[in-house]
Amino acid sequence: MQYLVSVIADTAGLATPDEMAAIDAFNGRLQAEGHWVFAGGLGSTDNATTIDNRSGEALFTDGPFLESKEYLAGFWIIEAADLDVARGLAAEGSKACNRKIEVRPFL
Amino acid sequence: MSVVDVREAITRAHHDEWAWVVAALTRRFGDLDIAEDAAAEAFATAVERWPVDGVPPNPGAWLTTTANRKAIDRIRRENQRDGKQNEAQMVVDPPDPPAPIGAIDDERLRLVFTCCHPALAMETRVALTLRMVGGLSVPEIARAFLAQESTVGRRITRAKAKIKAARIPYRVPSVEDLPARVSGVLAVVYLVFNEGYLATGPDTDPVRHDLTAEAIRLTRLIRALMPEDGEVAGLLALMLLTEARRTARVSASGELVALNEQDRGAWDAALVAEGHRLVRERLAAAAVGVAPGRYQILAAINAVHTSAHDVRDTDWSQVVALYDQLVRLDPSPIIALNRAVAVAETDGPEVALAAVDRLEDTLAGYHAYHATRADLLRRLGCSQKSRAAYDKAIELAGNTAETAYLTRRRDQLG
Repeated sequence: MQYLVSVIADTAGLATPDEMAAIDAFNGRLQAEGHWVFAGGLGSTDNATTIDNRSGEALFTDGPFLESKEYLAGFWIIEAADLDVARGLAAEGSKACNRKIEVRPFL
Repeated sequence: MSVVDVREAITRAHHDEWAWVVAALTRRFGDLDIAEDAAAEAFATAVERWPVDGVPPNPGAWLTTTANRKAIDRIRRENQRDGKQNEAQMVVDPPDPPAPIGAIDDERLRLVFTCCHPALAMETRVALTLRMVGGLSVPEIARAFLAQESTVGRRITRAKAKIKAARIPYRVPSVEDLPARVSGVLAVVYLVFNEGYLATGPDTDPVRHDLTAEAIRLTRLIRALMPEDGEVAGLLALMLLTEARRTARVSASGELVALNEQDRGAWDAALVAEGHRLVRERLAAAAVGVAPGRYQILAAINAVHTSAHDVRDTDWSQVVALYDQLVRLDPSPIIALNRAVAVAETDGPEVALAAVDRLEDTLAGYHAYHATRADLLRRLGCSQKSRAAYDKAIELAGNTAETAYLTRRRDQLG
């Protein structure tokens, strides 16, 4: 079972060197224990473009799809047997990156 | 067998077997929704068949087998509809042999922990636990919490969907997670108990015995499943010692009767004795170095009160000492408020009032804060200030018996 583990930030700014080191250590553990699928940090929402081509005429908007104080700063995709395992990993991930985390199952 | 006997047998089976039937089916089919529906259908079938065929010698086994058959029928129907003939093969194997006693306990414990999972909102856990473990119907739960049936129904449906989609595991937590998860389970049953004991709302009975009884029944079940857990024993003792005073706590005219004015002869002696037995068991454990948790300390405080045959015999210094222990564990302002009530008896109302006044910032919106102040001010002879505090308490109180009590106390001020 795969889960999307989203990193939710409410202040601008990248991870500090200490946070980066903790994230690296956490990533190492995910890989060693077979939970790792993919992970990445995202650039600022200032650089996002929202596209709507439902009408066949692509509409481009400069900015994120949702304007809010909180934004998606990065994510992990992890493999975990169940939500308890995913929750445990996400709790550690939250500590490592020093940010709030959302866990959501893939379909 | 008379109609009444059969009806009683069905009620008993519902009390004793509902959680086991749901748990066994959840285990077998991996789906709470199927388990709940099939269990409900099995009980509906019992209501139809037992008056005609007689009560089966082993009602639990009859209900489980019937529910299994209902679940398989449903899965077959759904598979046919979806054209999934292959998967239908999966469900034709014969029902499992009867489970040994220990396994039944394990199954029900899994069910309890799943319904009280921390990934579910508190009100969802309460509704799900009452439905799946307690066997209450959606209208019964809605009535208990003064909620719309559709709201409760949606809450349970959504919870079942999340458990499935997010794969909330169906198992007893690991040893390192267990204490936190047990306290989560106990928080659910304690919430049910308190809603019964201090029912809110202008049109409800001041004490909802159906809810307190259900909470005690659930806690007894959890205690049977986890006999070694001190906090489970502590919470059961706390509930029993509180429930023992239930009838003495509200007067014939529907007014709250404070602990120091209750007719102690009206307390339920059997419940008091059972509660005291549990507290003694935990004291023995504490004596050999097992630190008691908050429910055990709260139970001990209630044991001190219920040991005094006359309010004047209350060992208040023991009560204060227990609150000191509780404050170290849980430095919440509500605990500090209750401690101050005991301090008024050992050190006088003036000392207590100073302690209460320090809590104003956090408790100004809580009726008991103002009620406590009102009483202390009254004892200090400050009628005017006391009246103002009673006014505030009456404004904030949600329980009809409490409002009646506070109003009378206010009107008695000179």
